[in-house]
Amino acid sequence: MHEHGISIWFFIGLSLLVNGILITGAGIWELISPPANRVVLFQYHANVWWGAFLLLVGVLYCVRFAPGRHA
Amino acid sequence: MTTALAVFVADRLVHLSPVDVVIVVFYFALVLAIGFYLKGQANTSEDFFMAGREMTAWVAGLSFLSANLGALELMGWAAASYQYGILATHWYWIGAIPAMLFLALVMMPFYYISRTHSVPGYLKLRFGESSRTLSAVSFAFMTVLMSGINMYSMALVMKVVLGWDIHFSIWVSSLTVAIYVALGGLRSAIFNEVLQFILIWAGAALIPIMGLIETGGWSNLKAQITHNASNEYVHLWSTLGSFNNNPMGIHWTGIVFGLGAIISFGYWTTDFLVVQRVLAAKDLRAAKMAPIIGAAFKMMVPIIVILPGLLGLAVLPVKLTGETAAVASGGHSYNEVLPLMLARYCGPGLLGLGVTALIAGFMSGMAGNVSAFTTVWTYDIYRALINKDAPDSHYVSMGRWTTVLGVLISVGTAYLVMQFASIMDYVQALFSFFIAPLFGTVVLGMLWKRATNAGGFWGLLAGTLSSIGMWAWVKVDPTALRYVALSPNARDMAENMYRALWSCLLCFVVTIVVSYMTKPRSDSELNGLVYGATAIPHEAEVPIYQRPLFWAVVVATVFVILNIIFW
Repeated sequence: MHEHGISIWFFIGLSLLVNGILITGAGIWELISPPANRVVLFQYHANVWWGAFLLLVGVLYCVRFAPGRHA
Repeated sequence: MTTALAVFVADRLVHLSPVDVVIVVFYFALVLAIGFYLKGQANTSEDFFMAGREMTAWVAGLSFLSANLGALELMGWAAASYQYGILATHWYWIGAIPAMLFLALVMMPFYYISRTHSVPGYLKLRFGESSRTLSAVSFAFMTVLMSGINMYSMALVMKVVLGWDIHFSIWVSSLTVAIYVALGGLRSAIFNEVLQFILIWAGAALIPIMGLIETGGWSNLKAQITHNASNEYVHLWSTLGSFNNNPMGIHWTGIVFGLGAIISFGYWTTDFLVVQRVLAAKDLRAAKMAPIIGAAFKMMVPIIVILPGLLGLAVLPVKLTGETAAVASGGHSYNEVLPLMLARYCGPGLLGLGVTALIAGFMSGMAGNVSAFTTVWTYDIYRALINKDAPDSHYVSMGRWTTVLGVLISVGTAYLVMQFASIMDYVQALFSFFIAPLFGTVVLGMLWKRATNAGGFWGLLAGTLSSIGMWAWVKVDPTALRYVALSPNARDMAENMYRALWSCLLCFVVTIVVSYMTKPRSDSELNGLVYGATAIPHEAEVPIYQRPLFWAVVVATVFVILNIIFW
């Protein structure tokens, strides 16, 4: 953590947030339009719930460690 | 144009979708952005090489672990668990946890109170310039080799998974690391290592989750491994009574004394690559807590490394082989088990994150090596032997250029490593050359006041040379294995462990004998460097739940329970 600028935890939150959005989006697209070549256990739609989990954690970290906000 | 196309049309395990490519590109952009953001905070040598010594215990602890979570951890140990079964977990538990706790509680006070910039720097204070020079030169040599191993492993993954040209991968990743470490110094390396640690978990944790769903849980997984391979693959200790009863060909004495007592203590307490992260902590308590936090997470890493290898044994439809056999048959090697498992479960998006996790692991290991190399070169070789009295800005500038040079040397090393069939055994051999004797020297220096400058130097030199000598002896005459590793059936890993044990013991003996033959230093000279001559700050006023000792006991208890569960 850095006391005089942007916290490392904000960068981590940003990374999880962006990845969560992209992965969830890809998962929802696969729900709408299932691919021909599917991974094993495709029926569990891991990219939807795992992406949503990353998105949620990312949002929490971005808010909690937003620049200018005291940690 | 033809060459550029050839980079992307080779055989590949998976095809990245556009969203995967965006995730990988975003990762590269973010680590570079962190490097540029931190450039303005790396103006003094204390900032550039020691991250201003202002890291919290959590940041230092995660960075401490992440610097080690490189190619060896992700691909190498997943491969080892496929090849040797659950025995590979020893490198995460008995091969790490006791040593990390020892570093936190016993050794950290001396590293921190002495205000050293590096492990060779501590040797200078304790044993004089000659010990520092020997340690610094051997460390610098080992570090660039390690960095090259990281690069080669990453390029191999990119070739297998994405079909990328191996040279393209090496240069893209190495230049990225060179930029963000040269710009922001150790602080940039540490920040990115923490980010990489989180991404590694985010990208790799899904493999064991999905794998256990497919196999139907741990009990069913063990049954399938027993059916596909052997019951010996799922026991941690019960098969170690004989060299012939387990896939690794090792005896429990090798695991306990070679790995648990020497190699792991040598690596986790004296390898500057990891110790440097803890030296950047903001105070002594944070410095002691950091390895304990690292140990807690280290115990969990087998979930994302060992478990995928075991799952590969159970569910993969193809049988993986050694590198040479895989090349000859056109099949897959042990080293490809993690990418194969990734491709098995991860669709668009998740695949990009998984590939990012692998790249992050490789880059954190590479950055760790490069930043440690830069510090040792600048402080312990350049400033100590070449230019003692330059202004502070000159050493910062030297650090930036050495970062770039270190990366270039590592690239050259990566091409050298391509000639070796087994990445893992090569790295283990390097550990036993330099790390095991170094542990003997440092721990005697910290715990035994009577150890003298001459004793420290000759002990370190004798241990290192004996290790190289034993390695060369077995190479020239393979029957020598019965003497070095106590068994003609011992495999490479077992040989490495016993070699480390003997070299460390020889270091101890030579240090003690020479010390008794030479004049000791006074207590006043050893203040801050050794037990019995140093006032260690007490923590009586700190609540028990904030004391490093309390959390070390918690971690040690969990460690014992896990070993019993998987006995």
